[in-house]
Amino acid sequence: MTLAATVGRLAADPMSTAAGSPGFLSPTGVEIAFLLVGLVTFGAAVVTVTTRQLVHAALWLVVALGGLAVEYLLLTAEFIAWVQVLIYVGSVVVLLLFGLMLTRAPIGRSPDADSGNRWAALTVAVAAAAALVWVVVDAFRTTWIDLDGPAAGSTRVTGASLFQNWVLPFEALSVLLLAALVGAIVLSRKAKADSARTARATSAERDTPAALAEPDTRSDTEGAR
Amino acid sequence: MHLAYPAVLSALLFCTGLYGVLARRNAILVLMSVELMLNAVNLNLVAFDVWLSKAAEETLHSGQALTLFTIAIAAAEIGIGLAIVLAVHRNRGTSDIDRLRDTAEGHETGGPDTDAPATGTAAEKAEATA
Amino acid sequence: MTTTTLAVLVPLLPFLGAAAGLLLGRTAPGFARPLAVLPTLAAFVLATLVAARQGGGRAIDAATELTPTGSVPIELALHIDGFAALVAVLVGCVATCVQIYSTGYLRDDPRYPSYAALVSLFTSAMLLVVYSGDLMVLLVGWEIMGICSYFLVGHYWETPEARAASLKAFLVTKLGDIPFLIGLFALATDAGSFRITKVLGAVASGGVDHPTLIALLLLAGVAGKSAQFPLHTWLPDAMAGPTPVSALIHAATMVAAGVYFIARLLPLFEASQAAMIVLAVMAAVTMIGSALAALAQDDIKRVLAYSTIGQLGYMTGALAAGDRGAAVFHLLTHGAFKALLFLAAGVIIHAAGTNSLAAMSRMRNLRDRVPDAYWTMTVALLALAAIPPFSGFFSKESVLGAAEHVATGHTEHAPGAAGWTVLVAGLLTALLTAAYAMRLWLLTFRGRGAEAPDHGRQPLVMNAVLWVLAIPSLALGGLAFRLLPDWFDGGDLAPTLTTSVLGTGVALVGGIVTYAAWRHTTAVGARVPLGAVAAHPEGDAALVEAEAIASHEPAYGNVAYAPDPSDPGRLLLGPLHRHAAVGFHLDAVYSALFVRPVQAGASLVRFLDREVVDTYVRGAGTLPRWLGAAVRRAQTGNVQTYVSALLAGTVVLAVAAVLVATGA
Repeated sequence: MTLAATVGRLAADPMSTAAGSPGFLSPTGVEIAFLLVGLVTFGAAVVTVTTRQLVHAALWLVVALGGLAVEYLLLTAEFIAWVQVLIYVGSVVVLLLFGLMLTRAPIGRSPDADSGNRWAALTVAVAAAAALVWVVVDAFRTTWIDLDGPAAGSTRVTGASLFQNWVLPFEALSVLLLAALVGAIVLSRKAKADSARTARATSAERDTPAALAEPDTRSDTEGAR
Repeated sequence: MHLAYPAVLSALLFCTGLYGVLARRNAILVLMSVELMLNAVNLNLVAFDVWLSKAAEETLHSGQALTLFTIAIAAAEIGIGLAIVLAVHRNRGTSDIDRLRDTAEGHETGGPDTDAPATGTAAEKAEATA
Repeated sequence: MTTTTLAVLVPLLPFLGAAAGLLLGRTAPGFARPLAVLPTLAAFVLATLVAARQGGGRAIDAATELTPTGSVPIELALHIDGFAALVAVLVGCVATCVQIYSTGYLRDDPRYPSYAALVSLFTSAMLLVVYSGDLMVLLVGWEIMGICSYFLVGHYWETPEARAASLKAFLVTKLGDIPFLIGLFALATDAGSFRITKVLGAVASGGVDHPTLIALLLLAGVAGKSAQFPLHTWLPDAMAGPTPVSALIHAATMVAAGVYFIARLLPLFEASQAAMIVLAVMAAVTMIGSALAALAQDDIKRVLAYSTIGQLGYMTGALAAGDRGAAVFHLLTHGAFKALLFLAAGVIIHAAGTNSLAAMSRMRNLRDRVPDAYWTMTVALLALAAIPPFSGFFSKESVLGAAEHVATGHTEHAPGAAGWTVLVAGLLTALLTAAYAMRLWLLTFRGRGAEAPDHGRQPLVMNAVLWVLAIPSLALGGLAFRLLPDWFDGGDLAPTLTTSVLGTGVALVGGIVTYAAWRHTTAVGARVPLGAVAAHPEGDAALVEAEAIASHEPAYGNVAYAPDPSDPGRLLLGPLHRHAAVGFHLDAVYSALFVRPVQAGASLVRFLDREVVDTYVRGAGTLPRWLGAAVRRAQTGNVQTYVSALLAGTVVLAVAAVLVATGA
């Protein structure tokens, strides 16, 4: 309760404008949709981290990321949602699938997909989830988002904000992307002695990561723009 | 809409990703889990930005801007991460996280003291792979 | 040059020789022999010159104070009276002989340079003791002699006997030196000076308040240095050193220092009746005990060692009788003939290849192999047995005469009881001395059995030295007893009729009885083969001797004793022989009283250190080690484990932070 008071003071003014926040027992349609999509998303995420089939994990990740895009839409952040679909579903997952194939990940069930650390990981994750959910619920259970009116994340609004207020970080980010591009190429190149030894055997594998990383990161940059 | 819904979903997704990072053996699966965690943060950012942009008079839309940046950085991260994983796989023949134990006590300079734990972990590994 | 300058040079020359010898010994071994012999010889010549100039007249005193000490002053002082002059001549003579003899005796020894330098240092220290007029400076020489004896006795440090003997000599003499040092301090505190002349002046005027205590403390040091009962046990064991060293220690230095010291300070001892009685009893016990022990020894050098203890007993007996003239007279003659005895014994050991009398008694014609040693040793043994007209007779008679003088109450210096004690013990010892001298001579030179091995003639220097020393052994007593009173206190040293007849009579009886016993037992000897000889008879004498010493215990079971049924000593001593052979178990008593308690204490301390203290130390180390092992187990190299732990900690911290922030 005191936690709610602490955070509540911070959110005091918005709360007063959103007066008369409805209870949880009478959800609106948006809420129901959000809840259902959220369940699907969470379920997909759980399957992603638990499935024994590596390729399936990547596919379930697509579901989870797509579900998140829908949630963005429900939160009226349209531009973000499309960027999410473009970059994550379109490129990142593809990149991950390429990675799986290049590392010769087994297709089908692999019995050792989880390491011996599983129980510790589960404990930590559950504890962290409990702590976070407790804090978040305690702090924001009365906070209400008013989704009526103009969309908060339309392309116009976002573009205006980005190029009015966030130009400098945006340019810095493009430099970062360039650095990542160069780094990916450097990492993917083989050492000379190494290449002499295994050039014939894996000539196809040598150039692929660089070739992969290059267009993808470029497309990311473009996507962000 | 209650802010608690996206916030709780974000927390759950984050912890799911956390579990994946800690429990998955394949490095690429770990990268996927990292993506999940990043997306959970993104959801949080968007939700709070929407809430604040409705509640406040003026807003910079910083949440959405940061989300965009995060997405871009995540894309770069996945590129670099995959390159690293591929390099490791090429050098070691494996991309299993728990086989990359060069920092273990007594690695390569196994004295009489460090022999026992080393063989212990070897046995553990054998057990885990069996 | 003034007499003082000459006198300063006397101890200084051998010291410089020693320093040069130690410095150059390794780089220029060719100089070792000249550096050893010449300074000592020069010191001898200078000492003779000093004695001639002093001429028994007034004592020469010179002193210089280097620096004020703040309390009792310490001065570099000379005090040369007749005693000092003559003893210095003896020391120079014997040391020169020993150095010359050593050039032959240790001619192949690789450690000869350091050996010769130490002998020079030893000589220098003794000359310092003799000439010093200051007790502190005297103590310096006294202690240098102690350390030199340690090194020289341990010259054959490859053999365990020599190592043990050198340690024993050092420890036992140090045991006496500590009371000696305290006594010196007490004396200086009472007298207000370390100068001997001032101390004696204080004694004469009754300025010394605790004469008995001081005298007894000093006596402990003297007993240690002069090998008097009960601190004499180091001397027989010191036979593990080379023979020339034994000659030096026994004849002129070290053991003579104690007697000389009492002679210097005799008025102090006379001031205490108790001290004189103690001195007399000590002398009597020493004389008789050592003579009995000498009769039972098998090692020729140990016989001579016990004989030295006995003769020193005579000297302390003379001092107990208050006659230092007689004591120093015996010191001089004894120095000559004992040096001769030891050096001759060295020749015999070399020729025979053994130091065991039992083995020598089974060698025919040993005397023909070493004719020089045979004749000179006969002279020296006659002197030892006090047969007229050899020098030992006159000096011993002067001792007995002094004792008789006291016993009949003609002097107030010494108590009558002391006189009687010394007289009776002296006569008894004269009998025993003649007996063991006879036994030694018979067993060595009248052996029967296999032909003695022939190793050719002995080195010339060794034989020459024997003859040089034979002259004073033969004639010193007869020539000197009329002259010496002028140098000494003026007391008459001429033999009196009663003691002469008595002394010579018992000596003859002792000799004849021993001869008879030998005739009786010698037939047995032929039937019992016995003996072992050195493995390298062609080596130099030092090597032969070292091997002989090292092989005595394995061959006979004991360093002092041989199971020889043909030994006349065995017949003469009867059941006493067993005890006499081991020095009347004094070593065993010391072992039980001191060595074992100390060792037990040491093992207790060792136990406490190893088991108790170390347990704490180990325990202090074990806990961190366990902790370290526990922490090390966590370092598996598995990144996921690390991150798990990190995030678990983060969660815990976050929850804690939230709880604290909300005041829960």
